[in-house]
Amino acid sequence: MFEKLKSGLKGLVNKVTTTELKAENLRPILSEFKLSLVENDVAFPVAERICDEIEKRLDGVQVKRLEDRKKIVEENLREVLLEVMQTNNNIDLLKAVEEKRKKGEPFVIVFVGINGTGKTTTIAKVARFLNNKGYSVVLACSDTYRAGSIEQLEEHAKRLGIRMIKHKYGADPAAVAYDAISHAKAHGINVVLIDTAGRIQTNRNLMNELAKIKRIVNPDLTILTVDSLTGNDAVMQAEEFHKNVSIDATILTKVDADVKGGSAISVTYVTKKPILFIGTGQAYEDLEEFNPEKFVNVILK
Amino acid sequence: MALERLGSSLYEAIKKIFRASIVDEAAVKELVRDIQRALLQADVNVQLVLNISKKIEDRALKEKIPPGISRREHVIKVVYEELTRFLGEKPAPIKIEPGKRNIIMLVGIQGSGKTTAAAKLARYFQKRGLKTAIVCADTYRPGAYAQLQQLADRINVPLYGNPKEKNPVKIALEGLKLFKDKDIIIVDTAGRHKEEKELIKEMKMLEKNIKPDEIMLVIDGTIGQQAMVQAKAFNEATPIGSILVTKLDGSARGGGALSAVAATGAPIKFIGTGEKIGDIEPFVPSRFVGRLLGMGDLETLLEKVREAEVKVPEKKAKAILSGKFTLTDMYEQFEAMKGMGPFRKLLKMIPGMSYNIPEDMLSMAEDRLEKWRVMIQSMTPEEKENPKIFNASRIRRVARGSGTSEKEVKELLKQYSMMRRMIKMLRKKKKLPFFGKGMPFEFK
Repeated sequence: MFEKLKSGLKGLVNKVTTTELKAENLRPILSEFKLSLVENDVAFPVAERICDEIEKRLDGVQVKRLEDRKKIVEENLREVLLEVMQTNNNIDLLKAVEEKRKKGEPFVIVFVGINGTGKTTTIAKVARFLNNKGYSVVLACSDTYRAGSIEQLEEHAKRLGIRMIKHKYGADPAAVAYDAISHAKAHGINVVLIDTAGRIQTNRNLMNELAKIKRIVNPDLTILTVDSLTGNDAVMQAEEFHKNVSIDATILTKVDADVKGGSAISVTYVTKKPILFIGTGQAYEDLEEFNPEKFVNVILK
Repeated sequence: MALERLGSSLYEAIKKIFRASIVDEAAVKELVRDIQRALLQADVNVQLVLNISKKIEDRALKEKIPPGISRREHVIKVVYEELTRFLGEKPAPIKIEPGKRNIIMLVGIQGSGKTTAAAKLARYFQKRGLKTAIVCADTYRPGAYAQLQQLADRINVPLYGNPKEKNPVKIALEGLKLFKDKDIIIVDTAGRHKEEKELIKEMKMLEKNIKPDEIMLVIDGTIGQQAMVQAKAFNEATPIGSILVTKLDGSARGGGALSAVAATGAPIKFIGTGEKIGDIEPFVPSRFVGRLLGMGDLETLLEKVREAEVKVPEKKAKAILSGKFTLTDMYEQFEAMKGMGPFRKLLKMIPGMSYNIPEDMLSMAEDRLEKWRVMIQSMTPEEKENPKIFNASRIRRVARGSGTSEKEVKELLKQYSMMRRMIKMLRKKKKLPFFGKGMPFEFK
């Protein structure tokens, strides 16, 4: 995982060390580096910004005779990446859930994203995660559109041994979510996970529908699931969903498919929101917490 | 449509060359850089992009220009040729042997849209008079069978599957036996990626046992650089015969799918362009390059009209392109278009219109379509035929009659004359100097 991104970064560090740190010398190396970022699925505009920032930082840096050039480049690269991966809020999911529990209210999470990113599977995994930490969970099937969505979530609920609130196909998704929250309140359930229909971010009507669900539900967290295999479109998805329903965090899925990790950089860069988990397989336990600092360290090691 | 995004940035790049006062080395290099950018942003594989752009640059600068052709025209010809080569030169329609059972097996990564594609394909063949059936060999994902069952019910296509059976090979063989006398059987399989060795093995077993006539790789239009390696891995496990690209109704530009073409050597045969079962189109590369270069796609439009099964559709589709365009025409077209999907998509197929209509206007048109229809219904025949006679009192009457405001009626009239102007412009466009004789994108 993330192996190739690692080697791309190394290439930059090694090459720059053999040249003077001047903009005109850096440019060809950085343009090569940009391609290597793109090869690793960092969206093109994001890769461009990263390279501009590195150029700005390194240009004119005086390297003293005994100083290690390699170290200077590496340090700057680390700083730029950390800055990109920096988010303006941190989420401690368990703490937040616990606080709500103490107040006697359910913690509500809405999952959004385009079709086929893995919302339903991710919900099942998050449910298992919270269950294991001792919290009770109810699922809401607010995807009343896609064929088979109710049966799919129902099967997960059955396997996990938790309840799922559903209406019929074609029902108002906001009403399903509302019912699930009422159910949680009445039965003292700690967490409500709401599954919504996948929607392409350019479909204005469906985005409005999502905004309506959010208005009615008033969730504690809105999570965008992004397929880590996504290329440049990751930026468009993150931008549009964030603009329309303001998301709090993202979950990257299918990371086990030998992805190169660039999408993590693109999505965080655009949303400035933390990546809460990454999905790493088909089993319920295949959900890992994501630590941006560790991520940067791993790819720079 | 999504791939057009790539198109529109290429179109911009090419426009620049047309506007440049001299086409010299610097101009060619700039064009190549622009094309590179456009392709990279469209998720085309980095190595592929470098190869294509180098070829374009070499040919544009070194090739001897044939007499009678300006350097400008030559450069454009090179771009056109290299892109067509890259997209596949000829359309690759799906081969269906009549009188024989044709088995199509769908494979792909989780969430790429195989199941939806299975239903869309079934509907596509069914509409062409072929006896079609679907087999659900996805024994893995919860709800897979239920999903297919609901889709198959909707389009009245028989489905075989067994949510209790865990062995996909057994299900598939039973399905094939049951559907002995069908023309086409579509086998939907579970999603998998190249790192899931067990599942790849399962896919091989399926292929060995059911011996499909064609294995179709379903590729997510939003996929990035992984497209190449994943497609390669699928192709190594089971020979991929064709590609179907999904989710091209969003902002994704589909370049990843084109990398998959390069990796497998298999052509793109279909593209998915929306959530509805009818949102599937056969892929035609030459047409697509026309679209790519901002030439629109008249053929697809007319085909779509034919398929919409409305009374005099072809005439109406042509009316939109003819100079005479009254409010009655506009109304009738709205009515006819209801069966053809979003207005936006239709307009994009009209040559020359693809990139010239501001996006706001398109969405406005879609949103207000319904209101417009009511307003036009409130007009007298004379007003509809000759909108020039509208005055304040007529506008007031129409507003009252349709339950709208005078401002909205005025807006409708303004939109109408805008559309009329645009259609006029579009007719003239056919004769644009650079699309003259001898060019590959001459418009007929």
